[in-house]
Amino acid sequence: MILYFLTLVLFVMGVYCLIAKKNIIKKIIGLTITDYAINLFIIIIGYRAKGIAPIMFKNMTMKELTEYGVDPLPQALVLTSIVIGLGVLSLMTAICLRLYEKYKTFDMSEINRLKG
Amino acid sequence: MQTIYPLFTALPLAASFFNLLVTKINKKAADYIALLVTAALAVMAVLTIFEAPFAYQVGGFPPPWGILLVSDGLSSLMLVIINVIGFLSIIYSTKYMTMYTAKPKYYSLFLLMLAGMNGVVITGDLFNVFVFLEVASLASYALVGFGCEHEELEASFKYLILGEVASTAILFGIAFLYSMTGTLNMPDLARQIEVIGINKAVAFVIALFIMGFGLKASMVPFHAWLPDAHPSAPAPISAMLSGVVIKALGVYAIARIMFDVIGPNAMVSSILMFLGVLSMVIGVFLAIGQPDFKRMLAYSSISQVGYVTAAFGLGLNPNVGSAVSTMALFGGLYHLLNHAAFKSLLFLCSGAFEFRTGTRNRYEMGGLIRKMPVTGIACSIGALSISGVPPFNGFWSKLIIIVALIKGGFLVYGVVATFVAFMTLATFIKLQKSVLFGQLPVRFAGIKEAPFAMTLPLVILAILCIGLGLAYPFIDQGVLQAARDALLDKLSYMGYILGG
Repeated sequence: MILYFLTLVLFVMGVYCLIAKKNIIKKIIGLTITDYAINLFIIIIGYRAKGIAPIMFKNMTMKELTEYGVDPLPQALVLTSIVIGLGVLSLMTAICLRLYEKYKTFDMSEINRLKG
Repeated sequence: MQTIYPLFTALPLAASFFNLLVTKINKKAADYIALLVTAALAVMAVLTIFEAPFAYQVGGFPPPWGILLVSDGLSSLMLVIINVIGFLSIIYSTKYMTMYTAKPKYYSLFLLMLAGMNGVVITGDLFNVFVFLEVASLASYALVGFGCEHEELEASFKYLILGEVASTAILFGIAFLYSMTGTLNMPDLARQIEVIGINKAVAFVIALFIMGFGLKASMVPFHAWLPDAHPSAPAPISAMLSGVVIKALGVYAIARIMFDVIGPNAMVSSILMFLGVLSMVIGVFLAIGQPDFKRMLAYSSISQVGYVTAAFGLGLNPNVGSAVSTMALFGGLYHLLNHAAFKSLLFLCSGAFEFRTGTRNRYEMGGLIRKMPVTGIACSIGALSISGVPPFNGFWSKLIIIVALIKGGFLVYGVVATFVAFMTLATFIKLQKSVLFGQLPVRFAGIKEAPFAMTLPLVILAILCIGLGLAYPFIDQGVLQAARDALLDKLSYMGYILGG
């Protein structure tokens, strides 16, 4: 129970970093921390007390696997989610580089030409 | 159609990557690949209208372990909107994108966005919705910043950050739903939620979904990215974003989840109606004073999507009679279709004006209808449609939504919706006066009509606007009725779990 709560604390820290910091790189790191917090939350959902990895070894029966194995579906979801996070991170960094070329600053509060 | 149904996502994905390879050899091939693929997709999408509803099991795995692709009335309506407007935007881009560099990469990103949107509307699995949502969103972030100038990069970065926070909220909601029910298949989720009921955890998930998909649909207060992103994007991408993406990724997902998975519910209904009416009002008030043509159109998009959301909210209400909720859903779906038509028409017109005059500031333009008659008349038709002037299509859908709101007992909302319709009329009369009529500035004396590749989609969309309006007596049969029944009938959606 405390573990779920801690992942949400990590989520909130990521959102805080995204909102409160002015540097673009720090905002990117904040968004990445938020992403990873949710990935961690998803993995922990599949956990089972005294569980084993959901891999079938040679002398194991199906009954053992379903009784003791942790849920493998969240692990598959998280794999997809990590790849999506990677794609977003690379796009963000590319835009950040181009922003620096144009505006000559990493400070988000100076990048405010679009108003109204 | 049943066996080739996954081609809606597979074809543009393959074409997008194939495009990148082929254009290393020959740059002109990108135009033809994109035109061919989107034409094929548009034809396939129109063909899905005539099919009976079915469920396709990807890879042959039976539900709930495999992914299910569901085809019903709502999916075919959305597929037609996405692919037909995508095809028209590609025709338009062949000439318009000569203003930018790296045109082949634009086609690849566009096809990726189409693949993502098609995936969202055909799938019957909740995590699949998330994956395709991300694919389409990433492509759209890159396309918004395509020009790589100051404002475009800033708009793209803001859109990216806000969009990603929304996607994270959606993923959080999906994780919660999975931990409560143990399944990700949407028909199966519908059954499990019938059993569980709307307890506090499901209410939290509803809040997360409204926040996440509401940002994708640009409902107020999640609209902050739209006024920056839509003007900065190239005109065909603005047309796609405003006319299609916010509907396929945002409004469709909310409708599908709230109607078919969670079911009619008074709390969700009142939230959606309130947010819809708030969007209507704020969007139109901020639209009036804008000097930038496309920014004004972007704010009015927020307003019109507010109409659709309010109508869907009313359709969700279990306390009003079934006649009112049917009418509200009919109005909402009809307005979804109409808004796709006239908003993409208006954005493409703004792109045509920008192509010839080089400016987006409507105070600098004037009298353009004399020099660019086809574009000017198309723009006029679009402006009259969105204002709700009979016999164009906007009039009928807004009328139905307002009547449904009043018949459902929400007099305040109905009066506000009527007032917003008048304000929209004022906005677009101002637009037409400053852009089309009036004094032609001296430096525009030598401009010509937009090229044929750009005026053809404008003419087709204008004919669609008029046609959808004149076809009002017949529009209830066919696609719209199938879509409406698909939304209202949660029981038959739950039946897809048995494999269609």
